[in-house]
Amino acid sequence: MKRLLILGAGTSGTMMANHLVSKLPKSEWQITIVDQYKTHYYQPGFLFLPFDIYTTSQVKKNGKKFIPKKVQYIQKKIELIKPEDNKVILEDEQVIDYDILIVATGTKIAPDETEGMDGPMWHKNVFDFYTYEGAKALRNKLREWEGGKLVVHITEMPIKCPVAPLEFAFLADSYFKNKGMRDKVDITYVTPLGGAFTKPKATETLHYLLEEKNIKEVTDFNIERVDYENNKIIDYADTEVDYDLLVTVPTNMGDALIERSGMGDDLNFVPTNKATLQTNDYENVFAIGDATNLPASKAGSVAHFEAEILTENILRYIKGEPLKEEFDGHANCFIETGNGKALLIDFNYTHEPVEGTFPFPHVGPLSLLKESRTNHFGKMAFRWIYWNMLIKGIHIPFVSATMTEKGKKFDTVKK
Amino acid sequence: MIKTFGQTQVEVNDEGYLNDFSQWTQEIGTEIAKEQEIDMTDKHWEVIDYIQDKYKNEEPLSIRGIKKSGVINIKEFYNLFPGGPLKKSTMIAGIPKPKSCI
Repeated sequence: MKRLLILGAGTSGTMMANHLVSKLPKSEWQITIVDQYKTHYYQPGFLFLPFDIYTTSQVKKNGKKFIPKKVQYIQKKIELIKPEDNKVILEDEQVIDYDILIVATGTKIAPDETEGMDGPMWHKNVFDFYTYEGAKALRNKLREWEGGKLVVHITEMPIKCPVAPLEFAFLADSYFKNKGMRDKVDITYVTPLGGAFTKPKATETLHYLLEEKNIKEVTDFNIERVDYENNKIIDYADTEVDYDLLVTVPTNMGDALIERSGMGDDLNFVPTNKATLQTNDYENVFAIGDATNLPASKAGSVAHFEAEILTENILRYIKGEPLKEEFDGHANCFIETGNGKALLIDFNYTHEPVEGTFPFPHVGPLSLLKESRTNHFGKMAFRWIYWNMLIKGIHIPFVSATMTEKGKKFDTVKK
Repeated sequence: MIKTFGQTQVEVNDEGYLNDFSQWTQEIGTEIAKEQEIDMTDKHWEVIDYIQDKYKNEEPLSIRGIKKSGVINIKEFYNLFPGGPLKKSTMIAGIPKPKSCI
């Protein structure tokens, strides 16, 4: 019996288990998946939890429900990958041999990478919303917060779901308006990049959102430390931004397991071929989702498109056929803009988000790079799609893994 | 739009970044630096080399990466390219400035 081993039962790992269980002959292949945690989180929901739009029970379920019965599911901590020996060591020194390995260990926030960030004020007036604990603690804080300076901050790129901090700022504007206290809250968006929007087309069509919502921008801010005693963040050029409530996206890093196993780059992401998803160093090791160093967005939609292509490539690898160089960096993301509206963006490695319609050219019903209520309903419906289709590996109709150029306005776009 | 550096014509975007890295030469880098009021030294070029390597390998560029690079520390980086070191150094290096997805 041969073994295909998947490390991580998050969005990517769970999708791969579901895809492969029906494709690999059961008489020849045992599929095993390892993850130490019992709970599967709907991570896009962490954006809504702080604003009481979602409840805690809407964003978490027992992970076991989503792993097919024929897949061996081991709930243990992973100590080490030994790619030279085709072995993985678990916490109690249990050794698992594999023929094919899929690394799907994701990315984590690393607040300890910034001086003062996870100090005594962590989850008191310095919060993240990229973890369940952070989002929930922030919800409790917002329920009783009486206003002041709210700073929404990105530590450094790359981060998971790069638009989430911007969505957070938009939703905060709506939240405080609805509570009748928007005049008591000052919202500032602080980014290491050149602007909240960084691409010409998006800047041109969307910058009005910041003005309309009275969100201030501080750009090119490379944080050196959090001065939690005086409630300010300070950058390397000694620029200071005061806060009463800091909502930060800390440095994102791959799992410490990748570092222990000597398989990662500076940020513990696994060097991976951006078109085939095979790792650069080991031909029987593949990587997917946030765990890779791909120059694509770290997002569930990207993982979803990757999973379709990786499934095909695993089958090709088993047959000894050349791998398909097909992944184009396709991402498709809803962006909440507050007040019951949202945007939709569709892009890949080479094309930046443009205007147009989705998924049907010229028809829609969703509009790209433009605010609409339909897009917002799309985002809300997506939670159902996630739990019932996406992680179960069911193809979402009309949405292809690679990006289509039909029905989109590419005329003014430069790379 | 087309911009002329010495004898060479290259395409740049609205902000002055080269559209095509393959058109870059050290001479062009020096000219862009002058416009930014930076006189290039060996140390500057060492940083530009590092940044261009990152770009060729499609690795993200960040202040943290600079810190770990062993080429330069961050205070020096700010001293060499005052007022926006990543913005200015990428422009001189002929590569796009760091971006997000929108």
